[in-house]
Formats: sequence, structure tokens, C-alpha cells
Amino acid sequence: MANIPYRPDEQVPPAEVPDVHPPHPHTWIGRWVFSQDAKYIAIQYSATAIAIGLVALVLSWLVRLQLGFPDVFSFSAEAYYQFITMHGMIMVIYLLTAIFLGGFGNYLIPLMVGARDMVFPFVNMLSYWVYLLAVLVLVASFFVPGGPTGAGWTLYPPQAILSGTPGGQDAGIILMLLSLILFIIGFTMGGLNYVVTVLQARTRGMTLMRMPLTVWGIFTATVMALLAFPALFVACVMMLFDRLLGTSFFMPTLVEMGEQLSYGGGSPIVFQHLFWFFGHPEVYIVALPAFGIVSDLISVHARKNVFGYRMMVWAIVIIGALSFIVWAHHMYVSGMHPYFGFFFATTTLIIAVPTAIKVYNWLLTLWRGDIHLTLPMLFALSFVVTFVNGGLTGLFLGNVVVDVPLSDTMFVVAHFHMVMGVAPLMVIFGAIYHWHPLMTGRMLNEAMGQIHFWVTFIGTYAIFFPMHYVGLVGVPRRYPEIGDPAFITTPVDGLNAFISIAAFIVGAAQILFLFNIAWSARNGRDAGGNPWRAASLEWQTPQTPPRHGNWADDLPVVYRWAYDYSVPGAPEDFIAQDDPWVQQTAPT
Amino acid sequence: MGAANGTNMTVILAFLVTIIALAFWWLLQQGVMSKPWLETGPMEEAAGRSGFPVERLGLGVFLVVIGSLFALFGSAFIMRMDLEIWPSLTLPPVVWINTALLVVASIFLRLATRRSDTRRLTRDTTIAGLATGGFLVGQLLAWRELQVVGDGLTSGPAASFFYMLSGLHGLHILGGILALGVLIARSGGDPDRTKLNVGLCATYWDFLLVVWIGLLLLFMGLANQLLDICRTILT
Amino acid sequence: MVVVIALVVVVVGSILFHLLSPWWWTPIASNWGYIDATLVITFWITGFVFTAVILFMAYCVWRFRHEPGRVAAFEPENRRLEIWLTVVTGLGVAAMLAPGLVVWKQFVTVPDDATEVEVFAQQWSWSFRLPGEDGRLGTSDAALVGPDNPLGISPFDRFGQDDIIIESDDLYLPIGKPVKMVLRSVDVLHNFYVPEFRAKMDMVPGMVTYFWFTPTRIGEFEVLCAELCGVGHGHMRGFVQIQEETDYQAWLQEQRTFAELWEERRVRTASSDPEQ
Repeated sequence: MANIPYRPDEQVPPAEVPDVHPPHPHTWIGRWVFSQDAKYIAIQYSATAIAIGLVALVLSWLVRLQLGFPDVFSFSAEAYYQFITMHGMIMVIYLLTAIFLGGFGNYLIPLMVGARDMVFPFVNMLSYWVYLLAVLVLVASFFVPGGPTGAGWTLYPPQAILSGTPGGQDAGIILMLLSLILFIIGFTMGGLNYVVTVLQARTRGMTLMRMPLTVWGIFTATVMALLAFPALFVACVMMLFDRLLGTSFFMPTLVEMGEQLSYGGGSPIVFQHLFWFFGHPEVYIVALPAFGIVSDLISVHARKNVFGYRMMVWAIVIIGALSFIVWAHHMYVSGMHPYFGFFFATTTLIIAVPTAIKVYNWLLTLWRGDIHLTLPMLFALSFVVTFVNGGLTGLFLGNVVVDVPLSDTMFVVAHFHMVMGVAPLMVIFGAIYHWHPLMTGRMLNEAMGQIHFWVTFIGTYAIFFPMHYVGLVGVPRRYPEIGDPAFITTPVDGLNAFISIAAFIVGAAQILFLFNIAWSARNGRDAGGNPWRAASLEWQTPQTPPRHGNWADDLPVVYRWAYDYSVPGAPEDFIAQDDPWVQQTAPT
Repeated sequence: MGAANGTNMTVILAFLVTIIALAFWWLLQQGVMSKPWLETGPMEEAAGRSGFPVERLGLGVFLVVIGSLFALFGSAFIMRMDLEIWPSLTLPPVVWINTALLVVASIFLRLATRRSDTRRLTRDTTIAGLATGGFLVGQLLAWRELQVVGDGLTSGPAASFFYMLSGLHGLHILGGILALGVLIARSGGDPDRTKLNVGLCATYWDFLLVVWIGLLLLFMGLANQLLDICRTILT
Repeated sequence: MVVVIALVVVVVGSILFHLLSPWWWTPIASNWGYIDATLVITFWITGFVFTAVILFMAYCVWRFRHEPGRVAAFEPENRRLEIWLTVVTGLGVAAMLAPGLVVWKQFVTVPDDATEVEVFAQQWSWSFRLPGEDGRLGTSDAALVGPDNPLGISPFDRFGQDDIIIESDDLYLPIGKPVKMVLRSVDVLHNFYVPEFRAKMDMVPGMVTYFWFTPTRIGEFEVLCAELCGVGHGHMRGFVQIQEETDYQAWLQEQRTFAELWEERRVRTASSDPEQ
């Protein structure tokens, strides 16, 4: 406890922050397997997420083979639905959520707020192992008779648990639901850590308004996730009861293939409300950390403070709060009461305003900056392009009546891939290029990075921009093959083939990226302590990569916000957060 | 679409609005209106956060998550009820004994937080643990009685919800008993630590008692009456 | 300055693709031209914002690229600019939302003279029911569905007796008359979707949903299921034939009522099963 020295000349009052040194492991297993170090857990989380993400990548290739070349590669409908379901579920939950919160959250929160570790390291470790178990259960569903569920990632009952859907009457759906329940339990363990660490373990001087936006984004997303994931939990438990024990929570009187089932009285709409009560905040659970991280990337690499920091913080918090009252915009044509459309369209479009403010502030951060076109900056710029594109198409789908012709078409698929798939992935890539030097002490290879960036940026845009028009033509989603119906006046086959080829190339570029990570961890250029000359606290550790416990004997003391770049009169173009430098002459 | 639209998320929304309002109120005290670029120097926090043990805050956040979980179940219950009028369950009488046991457990844990000598602390916590164990056994008896009178799991939505919710509540209680067991086993150790842990257990028990009473109100058909009132107001 | 060029190419390419590519919505065949109009307004506003934002970003990247001696400005915030931008954004959003809500009001308000037509979905085919001479659909229940009553119509409801049943065949509708599509499913979620009509709505087992439209063009239009309903989802197609009133009446005369089918099926069941 209490070992920050008292220096009257710096006006630092006696320390009150409890500085608890985390227990140091003594065994090999304690250090490398059951590690309680948040940084190591972060890497375990990320590696697992990327590994299962590769499965999703392969699945997306298979989906694109079917859609692009239906005459050559004709998978069965069962297989196709299994591909899209598992691809969607893995990407949304097991990759994006896990890597932003479990990966970046674990790595960056303690370092950025000046803590030695998460406040409950043991629970944090459990969080990872429960997550791994969830992933393994998910993977197991590929190997059970009947295969994984093919109910679509939304898992809508009744079809999700009936025999007309792959895995519905086999083990597939059961394993999927169990895996989600495990994921939620694991996430809750981690989430408690992230929230309490931000609230209680900030070092001295690190007021809330001095935290980098990355921490704000991850923190708000975690709070949202803690409140929203229970909705998925409830939906999963109730569906498991319906499937295994014969209750009728979501199941009305049904006739399946001419046969009366023993269900009765339930409503599938109840499931949809529960699912989207989680599902919409989930979009922001992924987006808010991305917003935060991209703000920091732009600021560091444009050598300029984030424009309108206060507004950015408020926007994050307000978006987080508003995202809980927009869920039913996923259900405009679900058969819910039509008057809800007025309410949810209005709330949905209101949320566009704080989101737009964030975009403006990113642009105004670039304005009059000193823009270094490093790889993290390139990815940040491409994030803005894809996010603005995907966000604007969201205004089509959020505006209830415009959604009517477009919902359940490929337009929706294009929209959410652009805004929730590509845009956050761009941030993940940018963040890995940015923080890899901190994690390993070595820079990622620039040439491979450039190839990766250009293929990914141009490629993903070439995949998803034209896809909107496939939907505009009227092609519904979740059709393995549209055929040649009369409403398609200009065939979309050529466009689909083009999209597929682009998808294969983009996918291949990701393999290069993973190779780059592996290769550069040994052969990369030495990064030094602070290669980007960043001001935030994570780059001010005594060692790079930071050791267990992060800091030296004393915790750092924070004297300023995280964005003192190009301060007039300062000796350098950045002032680290723990640098007590003050302007000698008051600015006039 | 008609009457059966099942969009009643009032319980969870009320819960969330409360949480969000509290969060905003707290944030406003944290200087979110300040201009950090003008304030250089080793500032102290406005609120004295250092005195507050992380474990208490961790438990608080965890209880919010559980609260959200049960509020969502409550929402699901009401949404489901909006679709179909169902007779509320006739609760077996043993449920009231169980409730009394849970109250006893809560009281003894509260008493234990005031004990300073280990022996009496161990005695009180053990009594609380036994009472809670009695609660769980009683809940199993309640299930059994329900089955005997023909209210099995699939006999109707009221019964389905009762088994599911009392089961999940029971699982949370079971987790609490495990933690309490560890606490009793280690009660000879650091007294400050023990005191803190007893306090955590007491809070957890109080919370689960409140949840259980909320569930009882749902099962007793209070939700029906609330819905009726809502319908009258709307029409 | 490859990045700047790439950003400009993305913007210009997107606009050119939008304007020049042949992929656009299929010609409309219903009264929902307002939906198309709202969509076009949204395209204009969002297209303008996208172009402005990305070109501004490209300009910033070009103008403020790193060069020796460049120092970034220290500019924490600018209240006036931020308020101004917020207001303009709010106006743009309102300009899209307002017409959208007005049209939605029309979409959910069924005209009094609309004829009810029931769409009945099951894995994976479409059936239809017309109200018959009394103009009313009889009651129905999934629990009544069986081999002799595939649509689950109550045999004891007199309004149902003259209902016209079209089992797994095309639906004919007269042009120019508003129709309220009453949607019913007995197994899983489906969605009645005809691209030319613009409107669509989920069909939910256990409840009845609806939407309305007025056909405005004669022809054959394909019905697709737009809500994943199992492995046959992609093959769940049907046809709606929009006809002149006289052709429609001629077709209608050939159709059979529920009472006729019910009688016939019961006779057939009885004769094929001599023990009963």
C-alpha cells in the first residue's frame, strides 16, 4: 500500500492509491498457461479469437464459392446455411467481441490507466478459460451428427429447433446455445474486471477526463455488454428449455410437415425482442472500442490532440445509452405492432447525430495536423471510409419505411458487413500495427503491411459496395442460389462472381498479415520504447514489452491528459502523460 | 398484429433507466464537463474512491448484471403473459417456509458483519449457511409438490417459468453457499479480510432475497394485475 | 500521395457505379412509389454526405501530410463549429426521417375498401385463401391443420364455408383494387415478399400479420420467402398474377370453396378407408 513518495515541490499529496503488487507466478504453468497477467491473458484471448476467426474466414470463402459460382460449386442447402450461421456467429461474438474486450481491453486498460494489473487477476484468468471452453464447444458442434446449427446467426425460433433446419433436432443448436451461455459467463468475469479496474485502479492524477478515448470506448462497451448479454443469456436458456424439456416459451401451436407438435401458446416475437435487446447494443459493443481506438490512432499519427475530446466522451456515453432503446429497428417487418415503427425509427435516426459528431471530430483532428501516413494511420483512414459508408446505409435501414423493401435483402448484408465487419476489422488491424511494437518490442514489417492494407481496403470495398446493389435489385439474403426470376432485369451473376473473387483475394491477404505477425515477432525492426512518440501512459513503461506488474517500484503519476501533442512551447511535439512539464511563461 | 404483439419490455427498461440515470449522475460528479487540456498537474479525484474496496465495487457490478438478468426474465414473463391469459400457479405452502429461511439467513449474515470475535462470527455464518441450505432443499420439495399435483414443467407457462426461474435463482444461491463455505473455512485468517468477505456475502444474500421476493410477486399473479392496470390506462 | 488518389477514386468510383451500373430496383407494380421516393431522397442526402466527408478527408491528408518542419496546430475544441455541425446534421436526419414517417403512416393504415386476402405459409410452399361471397374470412387455427384441412380452417364457422382455397398454386388479384394481405404461418417464420410490390412482412406462427397494397401493373410476379425458414428457404417461391377485373372474375369462378373441398376430402377419406 501507499508507496508514492511525497514531494511538496510537486504538490503531490500523500499517496492514497492502494498499490497492490500482483502475485508473481513461480511455476512454468503459472507463467505461460494459467497466467494471471492481463497482458498475457490478452494475448491468449486474441490468439484464440484469431484462430476461430480463421475458421470464419474459410467459411466465408465457402459461402462466396456458392454465391459466386453456383453452377460450379453447389453445396447442399444444409451446408450453406451452416456456413453462414457459423460465419456470422463466430465473427460477431467469438472474434469481434472477444478481441476488442478480451484482447485490447485486457492489454490496454491496466497500462493506460496506470494500474499494475486487473483488479481480480484470478477471475480474469478464469474468464479466458471459460471463453476457450465456449470456443471448443462451438468447434465441437462441427463434429457432431447433423453438424452445427444452420438457423442463421439470429437463431430465430421456431425453425432453429425444428427438423427443417440443420442441427435443429440434432445436437448442433444445443451446443450453439451452450457455447453462447458459456461465452456470456466468461465475458461477465472479464467485464467485471475491466469496469472495476477503470473505476478503482487508476493511478494518481488519472481522472476520468484524462483517460484516452480507447479506455472510454472499451469501458462504455463493457458496461453495455454487462447489461445486454444477459438478454442473450435469457433467450438461450429459454430456447434450451423449449428444445430439451418441451416448454413453450417461444413456441406457438405448430404443424411441422403435416404433424401437430406438442407446443402451444408461446411467441417467437418474444425471442426476437430478447435477441435484439442484446443484438443492437452488441453492434455498439463492437463499435465503441473501435471509435475509441481509432481516435487515439488518428491523434497520435497526426501529432495533434483529439479534436473535441469532451464531445467525444459524451458522444460515446450517449451512444451507449441510446443504443438500448433502438433494438426493434431490426424488427420493422417482424409483425410487431406497426406503431412501434414510429418510435424506433426516430430513436434510431437520433443516434446518427452523436455518431456523426464523432466522424466530424476525426476529420477535424486531421485538419491542421501533421499527418504521418503510417500503417495505423492508413487503417484509421480506411476505417473512416468504410464506417461512414456503412453508417450512411444504416440511415436507409433505420428509417422504417425505407427498410421495408430493403430488409432481408443483400443490402442488409452489405450494410452490416461494411459497418460492423470491415470497419471494426480495420481498427483491429490498425491497432495491431500500432501496439504490436509495445507487445513484442518489434515493429511489424512495413512492406507486408502495405500489401495487406491496400488489398484489404480496396478489396473489402469492392466486395461490399456493389453488394448493396444486389440487394437493391431485390435479391434476398440467405438464398444459396437466386436462379433467374423475372424481377431481376439485369442478371447479378457477374457481379456475384466478381465479389467472390475479391473475397478470395482479401482473405489471402489476411494470411499474409498473420505471417507478418509471426515473422516480425522475431525478425522485426527493434521498436525502442516509444516508436510512435505517443503521449499516453502505456508507452511510458520502464520496459518494452512491459513486464509483469507493468511499472517500476512506484506507480506513475499523471499530470495531464493523453493528447498533449504539438503543444506550443513544449520541447518536443508530444508530452507524456507522466511528464510534469509546465509552461514556464503563461500563454498570452 | 392485433393485441398479441408481445412487446412489453417495461421491467428491463425500468431497470436500465435506473442504472443509466445513476451512471449519468455519477459521471456528472466526475468532472466530465471539465476541460482536461487546461488542467495540468497531479490532480486528486473529486470523490474519495480510494477508501472503497475493489471487492465491494466488483460485487456491486456483478449484482447489477444479475439484476439485469432477472429483470429480463421478468420482461419475458410479462411479454409471454401478454399473449395468453394463464391462471397463476398455486404455490405449494413450503415456499413460505423457504422464504422465511432465506430471511433468517440474511439476518444472521447481517449479524455476522457486526461480530468481531471469530467464534461468534463462525457461529452466525454457519447458521446462515444452514438456513440457506434448508432453503434449497425446501425449493426441491416445492418442485416435488408441484409435480405431485400435476403442475409439471410442461403443464403450462406459469409452471415452466416457476421451475426455470426458481432453478436459476437456486443456482445463484448455490454459488453463494460455496463462497460462504470457503469463508467459514478461512475465518481464522486475516480478520479484516474476513470482515470484508462477510459483508460481501451479506450483500449478496440480501440481493438474492430481494430477487426471490420479486419472483414470488410475479408467480403470485401480481403481474396479471399490473398488466390489467396498464391495459385500463391504455384503453 | 497514393492514399489521396485512392480516396478520391473510391468516391468517384462509387458515384459512377451508382449512376452508370445497370443494377437498380425492379420496376414497381404497386402503389408504393412513395417508398421509392423516400429511398431516393435518402440516396441523395447520404450520397452528398459521403462525398463531402471523404473528399474533405482526402484534402486534409494531402494538405497536412507530414513534411519536414510541419507542426500540427494545438486546437482542443471549437464550440461554435461543433454546435453548427450538430444542427446541420440534425436537419439532414430530420429531412430523411420526416417523409419516412409520413409514408410509414400510410403503410400501416389499411384503407377501408381493401379486400382481405390470406396468405398461408408452411415449409416450403404458399397457399392462399379468398373471403368468398360474404367478404369475410372464416376463423382458423393451426391446431385444426390436418390432411383433410390443410389450411386449418374452422369447419364450424359459417364465414369460412364460402372461403376460396388456392392450395399451392398462383394467386390472382385484380388490378387497381387495394388488398390487405393477411399473413399466417403454421410452422416457422416466413416472409411474403414480392420485389415489385416493395412491401413485405414476416409471417409468424401463432399470430396474424398484415400489410396492404394496390396492384398497379398487369403481369406475373414472383413471390419469395424473405425470412430464413429452413433448408427449403431458397426454393419457397410462388406467383401472384395481376389481372384485369374481367380476367380475374373468370379465374375466380373456377376456384373451389372450402365447403366443397371439405366435403370432397371427407368422402375420399371415407372411401379409401373402408373400416370407418
